[in-house]
Amino acid sequence: MNGAHDLGGFHGLGRVQREENEPVFHSEWEKGVFALLFATLGNGLINVDEFRFGIEQMHPAYYLSSRYYEHWLFTIEKGLVEKGIISKEELDARARRYREDPQAQLPERKDPKLADRMAALIKRGAPCTRPSVVSPRFAVGQPVRAKNINPTGHTRLARYVRGKRGVIHKVHGTFVTPDTNALGKGENPQPVYSVAFPAWELWGWDSAEPNETIYVDLWESYLEPA
Amino acid sequence: MSEARYKGSPLPIPQQYPLSEEELTARTKALQALLIEKGFLSSDMIERVVSIYEKDIGPLLGARVVARAWVDPEFKKRLLADATKACAELGIGGMQGEHMVCLENTPKVRHVVCCTLCSCYPWPVLGLPPNWYKYPQYRSRLVANPRQTLREDFGLSIPDDVEVHVWDSSAEIRYFVLPQRPSGTEKLTEEDLAKLVTRDSMIGVGDPLPPSSLS
Repeated sequence: MNGAHDLGGFHGLGRVQREENEPVFHSEWEKGVFALLFATLGNGLINVDEFRFGIEQMHPAYYLSSRYYEHWLFTIEKGLVEKGIISKEELDARARRYREDPQAQLPERKDPKLADRMAALIKRGAPCTRPSVVSPRFAVGQPVRAKNINPTGHTRLARYVRGKRGVIHKVHGTFVTPDTNALGKGENPQPVYSVAFPAWELWGWDSAEPNETIYVDLWESYLEPA
Repeated sequence: MSEARYKGSPLPIPQQYPLSEEELTARTKALQALLIEKGFLSSDMIERVVSIYEKDIGPLLGARVVARAWVDPEFKKRLLADATKACAELGIGGMQGEHMVCLENTPKVRHVVCCTLCSCYPWPVLGLPPNWYKYPQYRSRLVANPRQTLREDFGLSIPDDVEVHVWDSSAEIRYFVLPQRPSGTEKLTEEDLAKLVTRDSMIGVGDPLPPSSLS
């Protein structure tokens, strides 16, 4: 979808703001939300593409003005309620209780097996590669064009490369297709390529800086021969 | 919360934003409590995953990889050919680094990494990303004006005859940079070299520290 998350080339957002000696987490709730990623993705309740698509559906004004982990909280709430794992009513009731009594503690429950399983997942990772099912349509060095498409669902085809010509730099292998996986329509594995775009092709001769190349990783279905 | 607040506004927002720290705390605890009760989360699991990313996994691991590549040409070859495999030799890998690519800076080419669509970042070598990497300014500016962004926001001036390659992590491949080894470090040990490797130099927005920083 053409949402506020698709930021490449957006003007007017200001300079990069850096924080000296930034901690890994800024507050207890950030740690809590981070752990919720493992509770949901780590337990297979939500997949990574559904997770990202949920964030993209935040209102643009909300997306741009909220904290990073607030995005995660938004998509986790949305995903769990939509899948019926929790109800909106029980979530609201519980949030009200913690709002009214900020000292109220979480239920204490230890589960060493679960903790071990998540530590093992961190070590092992969760690869999105799949056995290749087709031979790649494009070869290294081949000119391609990113399709000019505007799907309303999830896609990893950023707006700033749509319709632009690039060259295949590398064939990465076969990966789950986020566009369908985010909608519960299957993994549909397909080749992913690194595509090199000269800066002038993306931004025009007047705006582009000299001697720059932008590499973008694109699924085969995003590309056509050029 | 109230729709009325935005009555007549050209852009009605269904909720007040951003949420207050108190509201974020209450909602996070509510979700945690429900998932603890349903068996998907536990007190020790929260402590464990937080502690792994606060204490065990961070840019010191990436610095070890870079220092090894600086002293061992054969390792460097393997790292540039398949970063996931080469990092695994040092026991480094896992979540958000299942498919890693390492990019070598040279006198003629500089690399810099970003994610315009979200916040993709090579966790096993760099840890969790800093806020500036995830926030809209960097994500919007870097791909359109890399030299200007590096100069104005990071104090890094790159001559026009040096190519700049920007890597937008739009799929599941995770990139990090092998910076150039600083001059005057010929006699340093691998361990001391690792101390010169900063997180920013592995994202591509900075240079390693000079050897004088060790004393």
